[in-house]
Amino acid sequence: MAETGVHTPYTVVAVRAEGACGVTLHLDAPLPAQPGQFVMAWLPGIEERPLCLMDDDPVSLTIADVGPFTHACCALVPGDRIWLRGPYGHGFPLEGQRPLLLAGGCGAAALALLAQRFRAQGTPVTAVVGARSADGLMLAWRYQELGCRVVLATDDGSAGYHGTSLDAAAPHWPAADVVYACGPEPMLRAVARQARATGTPAWISLERVMKCGIGVCGSCHCGDRLVCADGPVFPSAAYLAAIE
Amino acid sequence: MTDLRATLCGVALPGPLVLASGIWGSSAATLVRAARAGAGAVTSKSCSLEPRTGHPNPTVLPWECGLINAVGLTNPGAHEERHVLEAARAELRPLGAALIASVFGGDVASFVGAVVALAPAQPDLLELNVSCPNVQAEHGRPFAYDPAATAQVTRAVRGVWSGPLLVKLSPNTPELVAVGAAAIEAGADGLTAVNTLGPGMLIDLSARRPVLANLAGGVSGPALHPIAVRCVYDLWGALKVPIVGTGGVSCGRDALAMVMAGAAAVGLGSALERDGEAAFGRIMGEMRALMNQLGVETLSELQGVAHHG
Repeated sequence: MAETGVHTPYTVVAVRAEGACGVTLHLDAPLPAQPGQFVMAWLPGIEERPLCLMDDDPVSLTIADVGPFTHACCALVPGDRIWLRGPYGHGFPLEGQRPLLLAGGCGAAALALLAQRFRAQGTPVTAVVGARSADGLMLAWRYQELGCRVVLATDDGSAGYHGTSLDAAAPHWPAADVVYACGPEPMLRAVARQARATGTPAWISLERVMKCGIGVCGSCHCGDRLVCADGPVFPSAAYLAAIE
Repeated sequence: MTDLRATLCGVALPGPLVLASGIWGSSAATLVRAARAGAGAVTSKSCSLEPRTGHPNPTVLPWECGLINAVGLTNPGAHEERHVLEAARAELRPLGAALIASVFGGDVASFVGAVVALAPAQPDLLELNVSCPNVQAEHGRPFAYDPAATAQVTRAVRGVWSGPLLVKLSPNTPELVAVGAAAIEAGADGLTAVNTLGPGMLIDLSARRPVLANLAGGVSGPALHPIAVRCVYDLWGALKVPIVGTGGVSCGRDALAMVMAGAAAVGLGSALERDGEAAFGRIMGEMRALMNQLGVETLSELQGVAHHG
C-alpha cells in the first residue's frame, strides 16, 4: 500500500486483556524490528507516545492503562486503527547461552520479543515476570507459549514469589551468563547494581517522556544520553554512569 | 592547514558550528556532549520566565525534506533553567565552547524577567527568540514580524543585559532586513538567522487530518536551507553584523554557503536527526576539505564573498 503519511496505519485484529488494567493489541501487519526497539504510536486527536513492540510479525503492542493515551489504546477494539512510525532506537543484542530476563509490569512487552528471538534459535530462557500484585502481571502467557522457564513474582505475594523480580531471580542469577531487564526504574537500578557486583553482563531498557523519538528534541535525556536515539536499551554500566 | 576558529560578537569560538536552540538543549549534560562532539557554541532550549509544558504530541515529525515541529517552547522556567545553565557553563569552560542562553517571552516584561533570572548563570551570549512560529494562538504574531516590536523587546533586554546579545529572526516576513536593522539599532550585537519556516502542515491521508497536535509547525532541514541562505545574504549585505547562519545546514557545502552569504558562525539543528553528534565532526571535516579545494585557510577569507561575485 502506498504511504499515506509519516505514520503507517495498522488495524487491530484481536485484543487480549493483560491483568486488570492492560491489553495486548494484535495488529494486522508486520514491522520488522530488533527486540527492545520502539515505535511512536499515534491515535489521531488523542496523542502520540512511544511503545515497545511485543511482537513484530505481525505487530503486537502490550499497553498498561496509566494515562489518557494508554487508556484510549486499551479501549480499542478489532477493526480500529492505530498509526505507527519507527521502529526507532537501539534494541537488545542477543548475547549468551543462558539469558535471564527480568520484566516488571509493562516491561514484559519489550522482553517478550527478545524471548521470542532467543527461543527461535533454540536458546533456553528464564523469564521472571513481576508486578505489584497478581492483577498487574502481564504477558506470562506469552513467555509460557514461547517455552521459557517462567517465574512469577508479586510485591504483595498475591501470585508467585512474594517479593521483587530481582529477589525472585536470585536462584537463577548465578547460572545466567547475561541479564536483560525492563521495568520500573528502581528495579532497573537494582538490576544494574547487582550486575556490577556480580560481574554479569546486563542490558536494561529505559522509559522516558519522548517528543520526537528521533534524537532531536532532547526531551528524553538521561545524563548526556538520549533514550530515544542512544537507547532505549543501554548496557547496565552505561546506565549507572549516567545516573550516579 | 585550515583554521576553523570563529568569532561571534567578540566571543572566540573553537569551531564555527553552533548547536541551535531547541535541539538537545534541555539539559546541561547534552549541551556539553554537543560541545565535546565539536560544537564551538551550544544554545540552550528557549526558556521563558514561567515553566511551559508545550504542545501535546505529535510535536516533532520527520518528513522527506527535513523536520516539522510544534514543540511549543517546553521549558522548566527561568529559575530552574538558571541551574541548568550554571552546570553547563562550568563544564563548557574547559572545553572552550561558548554557551548561548536562548530566552523567550510572550511580552516584553516576561522577556526581561526571564533574562534577569538567567543572567546570574553568566552565559557567554544571550539569544532572544522573538521568532517562534508555533505559539501564535497564545501570544499572537511573533515580535520578529515587526521592526518596532523587535526593537522594543531588544531595547528592554539591553537595559538589563550588558553581555553579547543576539536576536533570532524569522524567515516568515518580507521585512526581514528592517527587523534585523531594528534589532541592531536597539542594541543587539548580532543576529541568528533564521528560525523555522512557516508554519507548515503535514496531513495524514489515512487519518484525514493534520498530524501535528498543534496542526501547524515550523519547517526545518534541507527544505529551509536555500531560504535561510538568502536571509543571511540579505542581512549581511545590508547590516554587516555578526550572524549565526542557521537553517537546514546538513553538510560542509551548506555551512560554507552560509559563510559566503555572510555568516560568522553556522547553526546546526535538524542535521542531528541524521547522524546525531557525529554531524559536528563530519561537517567540519567536509568544510576543511572544501576550503583546501577553494584554496583558503580561514573562514574570514570566505565570509560574505558571495556579495562580490
